[in-house]
Amino acid sequence: MADTISFWERLGFRKASGVGEAGWGHTLLTAIISLIYFLPVLIIIVTSFKLQTEALAVPPKLFPTSFFGLIPEQFVFSPTLENFTSVFSRAYVAGGAAESTGFDRFFFNSIFIASTSVLLALVIGTLAAYGFSRYPLKGNDSYLFIILTTRMLPAIVVIIPVILMFRVVGLAGSYVGIILLYTAFNLPFTIWMMKSFFDELAPDVEDAARIDGSSEIRVFFKICLPQVLAGLAATFVFGLILTWNEFLFALLLTGVDTRTVPVAMNQAVAGGGIGVLWGLLAAIETLFLIPVFLVTFFLQNHLLRGVTFGTVKR
Amino acid sequence: MSTIEARKITKRFGDFVAVRDADLSVKAGEVVCLLGPSGCGKTTTLRMIAGLERVTSGDIIIGGKRMNELSPEKRDIAMVFQFYALYPALNVADNIAMPLHYEKISKTERDRRVHRVAEILHLSDVLDRMPGQVSEGEKQRIAVARAIVREPNCFLFDEPLSRLDVELRHSMRGQIKEVLSNLSKATVIVTHDQLEALTMADRIAIMRDGIIEQIGTPHQVFTKPANVFVASFIGTPQMNLVKGKLEGMNGSKAMIQFGGEKVELEVNPAVSKLKPSQVTLASGPAPSRRSSVVPRIRSPLRPS
Repeated sequence: MADTISFWERLGFRKASGVGEAGWGHTLLTAIISLIYFLPVLIIIVTSFKLQTEALAVPPKLFPTSFFGLIPEQFVFSPTLENFTSVFSRAYVAGGAAESTGFDRFFFNSIFIASTSVLLALVIGTLAAYGFSRYPLKGNDSYLFIILTTRMLPAIVVIIPVILMFRVVGLAGSYVGIILLYTAFNLPFTIWMMKSFFDELAPDVEDAARIDGSSEIRVFFKICLPQVLAGLAATFVFGLILTWNEFLFALLLTGVDTRTVPVAMNQAVAGGGIGVLWGLLAAIETLFLIPVFLVTFFLQNHLLRGVTFGTVKR
Repeated sequence: MSTIEARKITKRFGDFVAVRDADLSVKAGEVVCLLGPSGCGKTTTLRMIAGLERVTSGDIIIGGKRMNELSPEKRDIAMVFQFYALYPALNVADNIAMPLHYEKISKTERDRRVHRVAEILHLSDVLDRMPGQVSEGEKQRIAVARAIVREPNCFLFDEPLSRLDVELRHSMRGQIKEVLSNLSKATVIVTHDQLEALTMADRIAIMRDGIIEQIGTPHQVFTKPANVFVASFIGTPQMNLVKGKLEGMNGSKAMIQFGGEKVELEVNPAVSKLKPSQVTLASGPAPSRRSSVVPRIRSPLRPS
């Protein structure tokens, strides 16, 4: 009975046989799961527009308007931008004059430190990965393994020798120090990622370039690098997300001037004995999301191609 | 002077000997095919000539100059790879023009040359496309175009037709042959397809386990195989190898028994060769089975 449509197919779940677009049932299911994943972020964004009383309200006020009376009044809050302005300047004493909170500086620090160290790690790591891939040392795998060992321990364990080293050489609290540290910590990941991308390339193409007159440098820049752009994008985004959100090293190794947003956030929201300032916290987090969100969105095409690279052979 | 010469070249990978004491010389305008089963060292030989592998011992001489220490780009060669090895990030025209980047010629001259070879190989319509957007046959022709655009001293082909379907392979064989005969350069083609070797080559070098077993014209290797391996490798259907039993000596002649028949042979071989075309099969009891089954024993083969 070819014409019989099963209950599940009627709901939009097409049979698993055959390749093509998914039915709307699958699409809907995926949308719901995605929403569950996105919900915490969504709540943070919504909360950033609420005043402290509304942020703490039970049941939670989730909607900025009543949508022409559709939503009961108790779930509706009145959106405000106050949290966002007080991220950058606010009165520390009730009724006092507004003071700068220094968050413009902290945002600059976060962007500067994260992007510099991830880019540095990308440059060094890509070159190193190419070396490991094309000019293997004796015991190549051992070196790759050793590179990864610092990432095998919890950061809290590694931080103790690192603090001692930084104190001795006077790098604690400086930009150079934290950038070096993040670069070093991004390197293993970058090398491993990029090596696997280089390993996937067809060596014939490089040989052809050599015969066609390319030097080794040109082979790397003109032939290999354009083929791993997707990998570079993927590695950059993953590295950026890890570095952007890093808290522990930043807490212990940045000074007043070099403080990053995650650390500053922690200190800003402890609202002088009146509990956590949820609205303010949410506003900082919302702002904090934007750069990574933009970069990821921009590189998404590359990123998605990048992470699935190599699953299909030629 | 377009010549290629390999003198006693050997390649070792650790304990494994990929090529052992291979001697090969290719004159200008001559096409030599390296033929052999997979893993016999023919591609390694080619890569050593190209400079992509260093020789462990022996000399590579191209155009009369010893090239052992020179990197591939300094050997003035062009190579077509089995998987074409087109540059994925460049379009077809740029792919073809790549070898010209190091020649000191103007952009117009470069374009002129690219268009000329594109015309020869019927690629003019796809010059703007990316390698991923052309057919398999076009990829193959792009690879050939890239090889001939610079007019190098000699050509190396690594299984150039193995990825094409039968029909395309046939027409490409003709095209490559024509292009090569117009250029009259020394050419080495690696292949495991004997039909390709027999039709394209002036001479064939048959390799096994890193050793060149025989070098000769297609006719020579077909009619006078140097040993059992060559005899069994060349020819479709395969040559019949009949095992015999040495019964005894009769002066300088050996008495050998094939099946029920006794045959006298000049020396002392364990095998002889028998081509299908030389056998007549008769029905019924033959008055002389010797004349129908073993009509003529030719020069005996050296056991390999």
